[in-house]
Amino acid sequence: MIPTGEILKLSIQSLLRNKTRSLLTMLGIIIGVSAVILLVSIGQGLQSYITNQFESLGTNVVMVLPGKFGAGGGVATTAHSVFVSKLSLNDVERISKLGSPIEMVGASIESTSNVSYAGKSRYTTIGGFSAEYLKMMNLSAASGRVYTDADDRVSKNVVDLGQTLAPKLFGSGNPLGKSVTIGGQKFRVIGVLNKFGSSGFGVDTNEFAIMPLTTAQKLFGLKSVQSIGVKAKDKDSIPVVINMVKKELGKRLKDDEFSVVDSSNLLQTINQVLSVLTLALGGIAAISLLVGGVGIMNIMLVSVTERTREVGLRKAVGAKPKDILYQFLIEAIVLSLGGGLIGVIIGSLGAWGLSNFIETTVTWWSILLSFGVSALIGIIFGVAPAARASKLNPIEALKYE
Amino acid sequence: MASLISLSKVTKTYRLDGGVEVQALRGIDLKIKEKEFVSIIGPSGSGKSTLMHIIGILDSPSTGLVELEGKNVGKLPEEKLAELRNKHIGFVFQAFNLLPRTSALDNVELPLIYSGVSATERIRRAEEALKIVGLAERMNHTPAQLSGGQQQRVAIARALITKPSLILADEPTGNLDSKAGDEIVSLLKELNAKGNTIVLVTHELEIAKKAKRIVQMKDGVIISDKKI
Ligand SMILES: Nc1ncnc2c1ncn2[C@@H]1O[C@H](COP(=O)(O)OP(=O)(O)O)[C@@H](O)[C@H]1O
Ligand SMILES: [Mg+2]
Repeated sequence: MIPTGEILKLSIQSLLRNKTRSLLTMLGIIIGVSAVILLVSIGQGLQSYITNQFESLGTNVVMVLPGKFGAGGGVATTAHSVFVSKLSLNDVERISKLGSPIEMVGASIESTSNVSYAGKSRYTTIGGFSAEYLKMMNLSAASGRVYTDADDRVSKNVVDLGQTLAPKLFGSGNPLGKSVTIGGQKFRVIGVLNKFGSSGFGVDTNEFAIMPLTTAQKLFGLKSVQSIGVKAKDKDSIPVVINMVKKELGKRLKDDEFSVVDSSNLLQTINQVLSVLTLALGGIAAISLLVGGVGIMNIMLVSVTERTREVGLRKAVGAKPKDILYQFLIEAIVLSLGGGLIGVIIGSLGAWGLSNFIETTVTWWSILLSFGVSALIGIIFGVAPAARASKLNPIEALKYE
Repeated sequence: MASLISLSKVTKTYRLDGGVEVQALRGIDLKIKEKEFVSIIGPSGSGKSTLMHIIGILDSPSTGLVELEGKNVGKLPEEKLAELRNKHIGFVFQAFNLLPRTSALDNVELPLIYSGVSATERIRRAEEALKIVGLAERMNHTPAQLSGGQQQRVAIARALITKPSLILADEPTGNLDSKAGDEIVSLLKELNAKGNTIVLVTHELEIAKKAKRIVQMKDGVIISDKKI
């Protein structure tokens, strides 16, 4: 047996002799692997975005959401919940009166609108948060101040701009004290917020504006609130808090008009949805890898036939059947691993490019998996052609036209 | 002196798909000694190539005994035969059989890859072999960039590189014009003068006469064996 290094050199040499064909043969694997890398990075990005978003509300927080969460309607319910929400400020009041182990209760609504100043306009998210909700989210001002409970009580038309929204409207100018127009009404800018949360999935999480909850209710003509955050004293008291809140709200609302969830069961539901998604995408990628493998086998069989004389000659000058077997097998593996490498590069570049728009996370396990699967495909689909080559009769092979 | 290669009562029978049998060799006795220059001549179909493949232990006889340096090679496994071929035999074929799109140097070093010789040593010896056949200037040319005669020289350099006990050339001039063919035969003669043992298969008497011994074949048997 000749050393693997030598066989590797031989294999690469013969692949380079047919550059275009080698590249085309790798195409299936390239597409499959870049799909795996890209899709997994999007799935992972989505997961960590949602996790981050939830964690931005702080630990030990129980959420009250409108509708039935998790069953049937699932996550989608919350998107439209602002229109169907039966939760009100009165509910917030009653929950805060329950006392220990509840530490804090905050409420929020969220909608979208144009925010404009001096001819510049951005269509963006408007949050209406109570002062307690702000505290739970840990929002603070980089300049100026954040509105207070006092502003909320009198529904003052004041607004704090998210870190990236301010420069989009004011350029390098100072926004403090200026009036912006939101939904036809004037609002005075009293602060610009510190950077908040992670980079977002599909949206810039720092391009938003917040105002007192009651101000937002008036602006959007709503009596309800969209979600209520209830902060428990510590982790152990979460189940107690959930029960207390359920009982209190149950007095006024029907069972399917609200849900009380904590981060663990919310994340569990989201992760379930995401892992099904990842699995489905992975299945599609697996099929393209399989097609890529069959492509490699096909080309290797053609290559063995074309190079029959070469095999005959190599045997005549002293190549053993094993030398020939490994030469063709390693050629197939180099093809599939090469395709895997190019696929990893393209997939990672794609994920990097996409990260301008949505959050993507290229994971080590997806890269290692891609290489592992590529090598495996090379071996599985390379064995048959290589075995055929190694069994060729040298005399007949030398005469082959 | 002991024989380099010795064949006794060698026969080779091919069985065709229809069950018809073709007797390519019917009882060959032949001994070739070191430093000999033997030509095997005979009409097409007389069994020359079959005989050469058996001498080069690329093929095994149906019956009979083949000994290389006194050792019976009949029962050896394929792996071992490959090793012996690599060490003792250098083939030159009518159709050159060079690897396409591969430099002369890479073509010549090929047998040494299978002897486990290091890359630098391979290149050194391939350069040396190409110098011997007069192609020192063409080492990086691919077969497509060489004339037929030059390609056959590359093939001869490849046969020489392992310093084999025996060089077997099967109609090496068959694809060449008479001038290039003469040059190849002169080269083989030169190599023999330097001590290489050579078997030259041909169907042209003019070429066969350049050897020191002529073995004449017909219908799978040797009909004459003369020293010149
Ligand atoms: N693989 C084979 N199968 C069947 N018959 C063969 C095969 N190889 C050679 N022969 C036959 O054996 C005889 C000798 O062939 P060969 O040794 O090639 O002759 P030469 O080289 O003298 O022209 C011919 O009749 C040829 O048809
Ligand atoms: Mg012949």
